[in-house]
Amino acid sequence: MQKLYDILNENWPDIDFEKEEKLIDDGVLTSLDIVMLVGELNDAFDIEITADELLPENFNSASAIEALVKRLTAE
Amino acid sequence: MANGVTDWLWEAACACPAKTAFSDSSETVTYWELARQAASAAKKIRRMLDGEKRLPVGVLIGRNAASVTAFLAVAAAGCFYVPLDPSLPEKRLRDILGVVKPRLILDASGKVPAAVQGYAVAPLSELTGGEAEYPADAGIMDSDPLYCIFTSGSTGIPKGVLISHRSVINMARAFSTVLPIDESSVFGNQAPFDFDVSVKDIYLTLYHRARTVILEKSLFSIPKRLMEVLNRERVNTLVWSVSAMKILSALRTFRSAYPEHARLIMFSGEALPARILGEWQDVLPDAQYVNLYGPTEITCNCAYYRVNRRFADGEPIPVGKPFDNMNVFLLSPGGESPVTQPGEVGEICVTGAGLALGYYAEPEKTARAFVTNPLTKGWDERMYRTGDLAKYDADGNLVFVGRADSQVKYMGFRIELGEIETAAQSVPFVQSACCLFDERREELWLFYQADGQNDAALLAALREKLPSHMIPRRVRYFEILPQNRTGKPDRGLLRQTYLT
Repeated sequence: MQKLYDILNENWPDIDFEKEEKLIDDGVLTSLDIVMLVGELNDAFDIEITADELLPENFNSASAIEALVKRLTAE
Repeated sequence: MANGVTDWLWEAACACPAKTAFSDSSETVTYWELARQAASAAKKIRRMLDGEKRLPVGVLIGRNAASVTAFLAVAAAGCFYVPLDPSLPEKRLRDILGVVKPRLILDASGKVPAAVQGYAVAPLSELTGGEAEYPADAGIMDSDPLYCIFTSGSTGIPKGVLISHRSVINMARAFSTVLPIDESSVFGNQAPFDFDVSVKDIYLTLYHRARTVILEKSLFSIPKRLMEVLNRERVNTLVWSVSAMKILSALRTFRSAYPEHARLIMFSGEALPARILGEWQDVLPDAQYVNLYGPTEITCNCAYYRVNRRFADGEPIPVGKPFDNMNVFLLSPGGESPVTQPGEVGEICVTGAGLALGYYAEPEKTARAFVTNPLTKGWDERMYRTGDLAKYDADGNLVFVGRADSQVKYMGFRIELGEIETAAQSVPFVQSACCLFDERREELWLFYQADGQNDAALLAALREKLPSHMIPRRVRYFEILPQNRTGKPDRGLLRQTYLT
């Protein structure tokens, strides 16, 4: 999953993904960030994140995003 | 007209007191309650300002009905409001406050930022108590200012666009003449209250005794929940920025849900790609779609285009023809003669009832932007030069072509690239900076020359100075920034190397 952290750190170098637990709830990632992140994740992991997956519990932290990517790549 | 736009509120409070006017994620306010709270707060505001009128009053805004109450209270006190987003970087808020110098700031957000230290701040909730009483006549003239909204300024300091009651009254009447808005309209407010797209939600709601649902910002990151809210609240009228529609499209929202009750969908802020319009037309074929055009300086919009067909991919959607009481025309590059032939490009110029009073406390900038119409002989008619270039199509509709300067539209916000460069160059380790906008990918690029590479520190410093929509998406470090023959950053080379 190093690839995921590379994507996060390269695109949002000033966000501390080790600590942030409310990326969506606190508006750390805006809707435009989510658009960009979903596009990068879809391309990098050959998955399709649908609108139904776009929930705070899947995007509030790096570990939640990691869990989502792992689930979708396993499907 | 004794009370400007607030007359609509007092009349609605008598005509439909129990009807919901505005609601947010935690509060619902009826017309009666809104009028009572606004009248009560207005009385106290007048007292705090020693009865002086036509003064700026800051309002710390949230995504809530309380912000609307605060706006109307300020208006009812005979003053004008300046929406202030408490989440803006401290420097930007200080810049705005430095221009406005408000004697009073109302807090409708519950978040008091450090930048307002030293100013008199009153929580709105402490002003709205008290028995219902008929509001005092504020003695407002319709030429008095109603609000001041700040936009990006090329020199690094934002400009406050001052809009009168008269212009907003004209806007509401003009929209209502040509578009199906009435008391059954339910608006889904997407735009923040310091962005003038939201002015339509507020005042078209009051004018028609309609209802507005204020949507949480985070809902646009969670489209499934957004659609649930829109459908639960039976939202049927949208006045949205194109950026919001682009986001929903990129997140493939309509594959799982869509706003089932939407019947009038108005969009503005930038050009909507025909592909995205088509996605909406697929799920809502019977809805009416309207492209709105206009900068903040002419009170929301001066022209509109009612979409009456499907557009081919890449085909521009016209910005259309003028609203009532607005004259919108093209002037040649020299600014002396009109452009009337289809296909010929000119600058969009505007005269009429929507023109702003000017930029607050900025007489020189006002004089540069609001000039005398060279086509009117015999008297001085005020004209606003938009800086937007357009041409006429065969049907006489205006079609947007581009900008005459370095201003760009990103996420619906106007951005002066010079403002980002000024902010970057004020970071101590940065020696020189150049900002470009990639129109195709819709990304801001910042190229900088510094003592050493430190992208994270530069971005962190910019976040302290600029709002989030002005933070560059791509940053490139140079030991020596490429220069052209005049010693300025070589924009052409940078664009060619990195953006194409």
